[in-house]
Amino acid sequence: MTEKKPLVIENRWRDLRQFTDARIGLGRAGISLPTSELLAFQLAHARARDAVHLPLDTARLLDGLNSLGARLPSPGPLRLQSRAADRQVYLQRPDLGRSLDAGSAAQLSAPDTAPAKPRLAIVIADGLSSCAVQNNAVPMLTRFLDDLEASGADWDLAPLSIVEQGRVAIGDEIGERLGASAVVVLIGERPGLSSPDSLGVYLTWAPCGGLNDARRNCISNVRPAGLSFENASQRLLYLLREAQRLGTSGVDIKDRTEEVAIGKTGNNQNFLTN
Amino acid sequence: MGQTYKYSYRQGTQTWHFRDLADLLARATPARSGDRLAGVIAESDEERAIAQMCLAELPLKAFLSEVVVPYEQDEVTRLIQDSHDEAAFAPVSHLTVGDFRNWLLSDHATEESLAALRSGLTPEMVAAVSKLMRNQDLILVARKCRVTTAFRNTIGLPGHLSTRLQPNHPTDDVAGIAASIVDGLLYGSGDAVIGINPATDNVAQAIKLMRVMDDVIRTYDIPTQSCVLTHVTNTLEAIAQGAPVDLVFQSIGGTEATNSSFGFSLATLAEAQDAALSLKRGTVGNNVMYFETGQGSALSADAHHGVDQQTCEARAYAVARRFDPLLVNTVVGFIGPEYLFNGKEIIRAGLEDHFCGKLLGVPMGCDICYTNHAEADQNDMDNLLTLLGVAGCSFIMGIPGSDDIMLNYQTTSFHDALYARRVLDLSPAPEFADWLARMKVFDDIARYEPSAALPELFGSRLRGITRKPAHD
Repeated sequence: MTEKKPLVIENRWRDLRQFTDARIGLGRAGISLPTSELLAFQLAHARARDAVHLPLDTARLLDGLNSLGARLPSPGPLRLQSRAADRQVYLQRPDLGRSLDAGSAAQLSAPDTAPAKPRLAIVIADGLSSCAVQNNAVPMLTRFLDDLEASGADWDLAPLSIVEQGRVAIGDEIGERLGASAVVVLIGERPGLSSPDSLGVYLTWAPCGGLNDARRNCISNVRPAGLSFENASQRLLYLLREAQRLGTSGVDIKDRTEEVAIGKTGNNQNFLTN
Repeated sequence: MGQTYKYSYRQGTQTWHFRDLADLLARATPARSGDRLAGVIAESDEERAIAQMCLAELPLKAFLSEVVVPYEQDEVTRLIQDSHDEAAFAPVSHLTVGDFRNWLLSDHATEESLAALRSGLTPEMVAAVSKLMRNQDLILVARKCRVTTAFRNTIGLPGHLSTRLQPNHPTDDVAGIAASIVDGLLYGSGDAVIGINPATDNVAQAIKLMRVMDDVIRTYDIPTQSCVLTHVTNTLEAIAQGAPVDLVFQSIGGTEATNSSFGFSLATLAEAQDAALSLKRGTVGNNVMYFETGQGSALSADAHHGVDQQTCEARAYAVARRFDPLLVNTVVGFIGPEYLFNGKEIIRAGLEDHFCGKLLGVPMGCDICYTNHAEADQNDMDNLLTLLGVAGCSFIMGIPGSDDIMLNYQTTSFHDALYARRVLDLSPAPEFADWLARMKVFDDIARYEPSAALPELFGSRLRGITRKPAHD
């Protein structure tokens, strides 16, 4: 062998990336990652870490919400804080992220008289990705409020809440304090390397403190490159309707929209054996 | 009457008290966030050091008379106590926990004597001694343990390291999964198992994925096994429907309440093992179970009974060994920073789990991994990979570019496995290594060098794919 080997040996099967977003066909330097792939990974990891650690820019979020105009429930958004004082505490004490601090709890109250129609509370929480909330909460909410109105369902909207250092379950306490029949939580999900901005949407019917995951329904991976706002909004409407019909939420609701979505996947051929 | 204490330790003029065995074990545990979250952690570094001194003086026999989770309430405790082998225990039955550490490090502990001792050890004894050991002790002793298992190849031989090829896809797209399988096989990955975490967890989907992998394994005559990591009851139903099941998967924990929260009992696992054995699909062995564990699962299920997470984890290995698994995988950094906060805690836990598993006689591998909200990065994973490679870890994961696009976490890549092979001279399972050489996947099997050219193996089929524009 007199031929000199190139520094980076590329993988001929890199074309298979047409079938997956997985990091296949990266090539190799010796048996290790080529420099370009090493650096690309580090950038993705840096973005995912920033999504966890950069604080939610609440002022910018409020600006975005103002664009909703008359659709925004009044009075305007409430700014709340969980019992986790900062990100370090938040990451190690999920229990503290699930309940409101005293000052926030005092801001919330139920209507004096029992409302004639069901009341819906919407909560936006930073969760584990501020960038998911920053990028995707306003478009998701815009779409959902439009669809809700178009559906003809008659809901009384409680004031919108924005929570810092919040976990999903904090929505149940907020819903209870606002006297809501149902609560919807939009929250930043644990960021993936290739998906730092996934928004999660959770629904609880008859929310109150101390409920577990089995009482919640979840719509995951809401973002332009994942589940579209349109699709997520339709699923949420479906779940809300079913919850109202059954008088409960969580495992008792069969999410039939899921089956439809899975039927749509594209390449169901195993090219290795067919 | 105030609080009663079962254990006390006098240091200088001060006397320290520990409520019971669970309390003593918890306070002697190297610090980690999950024990802090559970409220069982030592209140100071000094208290931890004292608890370790107190634990070191405890006779191993004490673990046979005091349990950490009540016998009447917990079938895992019953399994541990009822299956304890007095005769096997005899060589160390006179020792304290501290002297058991000395014994393990001494020349009394050999591959043979450690194998003979296994059924005489309880998980709590093993967890206890691990709490007195430094990382190098955990490595040195684990390296002396030999646990070998087999199905279509042999896992755990000296000087070998196997890999699970993990071709997950966020929508279970078959072509997407096949693309990751190609990438893995051409980097020499997949001898421990080709194992998919399904995005949609039901019986029909599991059967579809089992058939995909079975087709690949049979078409290319690969000496390996497949597994869909779905719930044990789904796999039982798949077997009943005639699906090609090689390995039965289940996540397991160290208390009955944890396992109930996962939706199974020991009887379910026994039924599944029997069902898989009845298929007689193994060629060189009959280990048909694949278990996953991880520190923190009991606390996460609110099922820890005040026991520290590392002791709960060791108890899960007692569950595992009852069913003669091919593979047991501690998914060490997946659970998140509220249980293992940073690289230091993840590395320590990985070494503890591997040590405890091997000492108890289970074929221990490790998903060397982290999430993006943990204080960890690729360098921490490099460290743990190297340490576990030295310790004789049975297998690790292999995923394209370390990025699991379905589960959203980072684990070891195909490249990482080749790094460990190169620096530590660790071969794949012999049957699989022969296949790699025969199929010319590797140019030079001795140097773990993948072929620069596309091997003929898949060549014709890969060339047949209609070229579409790539995503990126």
